Amino acid sequence: MLQGWIIVLVSLAYLCFLFAIASYGDRRADQGRSLIANPYIYALSIAVYCTSWTFYGSVGRAASSGVGFLPIYLGPTLMFICGWFVLRKIIRISKVNKITSIADFIASRYGKSPLLGGLVAVIAVIGIMPYISLQLKAISTSFSVLVQYPEIVMPQDLGSAPLLQDTALYAALIMAAFSVLFGTRHIDASEHHEGMVAAIAFESVVKLLAFLAVGVFVTFLVYDGFGDVFSQAAAVPALTRLFSIEAAGGYGSWISLMILAMAAIICLPRQFQVAVVENVDERHLRKAVWLFPLYLFLINIFVLPIAFGGLLLFPDGGVDADTFVLTLPMAERQEGLALFVFIGGLSAATGMIIVATIAISTMVSNDLVMPVLLRVGRLHLSEREDLTGLLLAIRRGTILIVLLLGYLYARLIGESYALVTIGLVSFAAAAQFCPAIIGGIFWKGASRAGAAAGMSAGFLVWAYTLLLPSFARSGWLPAAFLEEGPFGIDLLKPYELFGLTGLDPISHALFWSMFANIGLLVGVSLLTRQSLVERAQAVLFVDVFRRTEDQARIWRATASVRDLQGLLARFVGQQRASSAFSRYARRHGQKLDVQAPADTALVRFTERQLAGAIGAASARIMVASVVKEELLDIDQVMAILDEASQVIEYSRRLEEKSAQLEATSRELRAANERLKDLDRMKDDFVSTVSHELRTPLTSIRSFSEILFDNPDLDADQKKEFLKIVISESERLTRLINDVLDMAKMEADQLDWYMAETDARAVIDQALAATHSLLQRDRPIALETDLPTRLPSVHADADRLTQVIVNLLSNAVKFCDPERGRIGITAGLRDGLLQVEVWDNGPGVPEADQERIFEKFQQAGHILTDKPQGTGLGLPICRQIIKHFGGTIWVESVPGRGARFSFTVPLAEAGEAAVSASAE
Amino acid sequence: MTHSVLVVDDEPNIVLSLEFLMKQANYDVRVARDGEAALAEIEQAPPDLVLLDAMLPKRDGFDVCQAIRADPALNGVRIIMLTAKGREVEREKGLALGADDYITKPFSTRDVLERVKDFLGEPDEA
Repeated sequence: MLQGWIIVLVSLAYLCFLFAIASYGDRRADQGRSLIANPYIYALSIAVYCTSWTFYGSVGRAASSGVGFLPIYLGPTLMFICGWFVLRKIIRISKVNKITSIADFIASRYGKSPLLGGLVAVIAVIGIMPYISLQLKAISTSFSVLVQYPEIVMPQDLGSAPLLQDTALYAALIMAAFSVLFGTRHIDASEHHEGMVAAIAFESVVKLLAFLAVGVFVTFLVYDGFGDVFSQAAAVPALTRLFSIEAAGGYGSWISLMILAMAAIICLPRQFQVAVVENVDERHLRKAVWLFPLYLFLINIFVLPIAFGGLLLFPDGGVDADTFVLTLPMAERQEGLALFVFIGGLSAATGMIIVATIAISTMVSNDLVMPVLLRVGRLHLSEREDLTGLLLAIRRGTILIVLLLGYLYARLIGESYALVTIGLVSFAAAAQFCPAIIGGIFWKGASRAGAAAGMSAGFLVWAYTLLLPSFARSGWLPAAFLEEGPFGIDLLKPYELFGLTGLDPISHALFWSMFANIGLLVGVSLLTRQSLVERAQAVLFVDVFRRTEDQARIWRATASVRDLQGLLARFVGQQRASSAFSRYARRHGQKLDVQAPADTALVRFTERQLAGAIGAASARIMVASVVKEELLDIDQVMAILDEASQVIEYSRRLEEKSAQLEATSRELRAANERLKDLDRMKDDFVSTVSHELRTPLTSIRSFSEILFDNPDLDADQKKEFLKIVISESERLTRLINDVLDMAKMEADQLDWYMAETDARAVIDQALAATHSLLQRDRPIALETDLPTRLPSVHADADRLTQVIVNLLSNAVKFCDPERGRIGITAGLRDGLLQVEVWDNGPGVPEADQERIFEKFQQAGHILTDKPQGTGLGLPICRQIIKHFGGTIWVESVPGRGARFSFTVPLAEAGEAAVSASAE
Repeated sequence: MTHSVLVVDDEPNIVLSLEFLMKQANYDVRVARDGEAALAEIEQAPPDLVLLDAMLPKRDGFDVCQAIRADPALNGVRIIMLTAKGREVEREKGLALGADDYITKPFSTRDVLERVKDFLGEPDEA
């Protein structure tokens, strides 16, 4: 019979023994003969990861979902084996910057932002609640079960016991007392908690041995080895399900749990504490990389046999699978073993609680409370002589509050969840730190605003999708909140946010919170600009392996050595402060004169020492307060900051300017090219006009001279030559008129007589003017297709005639030389008058169909090939039609003639007539 | 022996006037209206002198000039280029391609005759 008092006595004795180990460890540390300076202790301390969740919960999980308990251990294993470089970087950064907690780490990375540190502390406190409650629940449940020995009776619902009879409450209070003893015993709050680490390592050994003992007992004494347990289980139909991956929630669930666990091994405050803050030698990590996974392997070997053993032994389901580790030895009447198991479970729980509460209390005091208190000027804190007492009081208070919060959560949530599920809620909260940490050490661009936005959003999503539902499930919020969403809004259902279904709650919460967290971190970081301090810290973190000497921080203070030493003493005590300063003097070979102004390096040294005690954000404020006494120095610091920001701004502007210049010079080059083209075209035009003028002039002069030199020519010949002179003179006149017209039109100096014009009359007039052309040379057939009446147009009659004459004479010139046919049609199209003139000549190649209307472009081959034109007819036509508000174009299939068309807008009267005839 | 002159131009009236002038001076005159026709005439029977317009359909005068100078058998053919483009570069180009002289339109009939005579000598009175 195990009496309650016996169990309590053994437990207290065990805790006292742990405390003795811790004391011994601290003494050794003070003597400089560290107990923990070896990789095995380091690896064992990291095993604080295995809490009572592992100790009791793994078996419970295995009993319901087979290998579903494994991802929680595969994640960290992967992280240590494949992601060790991440850990190494975090450790190195933390050592260089004297980081005291995960909140300090994140605050420090993002410009020593007190806001960010506070945010992390708040998330950690709230996020840890379920986890602490899990430990308390495990202790009280295991105690209640064990106290009934040899009977196996499941304890009552945790929440239903009267407050003062609730073992969980006493567990919480005892744990708080021990945590205070372990973590805040020292007046000095800055150095490593070596004693605590030693005790934790010892606990890791105890819980492993206890679990292995049960495992060996069940597997080899109750059953006949692994094969026997598994084959017996496989023979029970209800248990065969557990051998498949589906029982474990499917691959999706596996992967999200694994990711969660990978994040947790870095981001859980207590893991950060033991793996990073308490690390005494970076090289220890190299061994831990395989030792820790080995530990995880060992503590998991017997999970399935114990689960199957329990299920086979208690087939009716009356015994909670979470207690199999304890109830199996009890059922077999192994009193001693059962007690050992209880102590193992206690070890697992206390280890977690002690480290977690110490880590969180450091965070809360350094990153939440102190920055606030230091800023409240009324308290005059920065002038108080001794602050160590205050610091410790804050930490002790925090430990008590955190444990009571955990207890409250346990009492509220009660029995609604299994151990593992509660733990996962905490994991998901801790995972919210992951993007800010990973982003912070690999991406310099990650900004404070981004980290703050990402973490807040991720945390809110977590609270909404995991924390609130846990209250709803326990009846503290209406169940409709889960089933119908708040206010009946379907899209806001906490387990199916925005209609995302098909995921288990943890995967679902992980997806949305990471989506918000990473999305905002990246998005906001890209959109915001970092401050100088942020940028400096980012470089310090990301490039930690590139340079360990801290050059980025700029304290150019001339505060005296005494001031600095006094400042440090206020937080770490007189003795430590003076020993730190003499250590500094020794290392740098300086003799420190207390009156003398301190150099930059000493100020930085002080800030780092201080950061070790109260965190980077607070240390900065404190150092600033000392430096403030020397106004000049602050000015200097500001000047340096200013200068740097000006240089950055200046170079940014330069970049912009040079981009602008480049663009401008590109534009200039293009404009220059265009000008050159235009110049060449102008030359071509002048040369073409010159050619066109000289050609008729040549004939005129030649024949004039011939006539002059040969008075005795016969009359017929004289007449023929004179006729040539006359026609060439006419050609010359026409050409000069064209050139002048063109010039005037381009200069917009032509006189236009725009009026209502009878289109049919104009066409008739043009036909009459070109009539002689048809008759004179070879006979050319003219086909007209004209309505008897055409609506009147708004145009200059003479100019319109000029256009039609021009097109007709072109048609005559270019039509088939043997059997020439040309034609003209006119009619209404789309409310415009459209006139078309066609011929059966060689046509216009497609490439030239636009160019023939351009004044400068028609130079060259067109004239060369068709030497009869002035080359200005079509450009002039286009100018005229453009002036009327119409368009002109040519359609042609080479070899099959060309069809020139143009449109002219109708006069108002013409439009009226058209609409009248349409009615 | 009568010297032969080939007149190459695409303007009918200019051809007519040059033809009249050369005939009056007792040269044997042939006519071509584009570059290809000119080359065909030259190949058929090389003339003593070519009055060659620069801007011609099909193959321009410079082309024709170059083709004549590329053929050693045509070494004796004199070339006077005529052009309506009064630019100095054209003149240089013509001379560089092997033209013997270069006349800008509009020209003096007497001047043309002088230059032709400079190259061919007084035509036979016969």
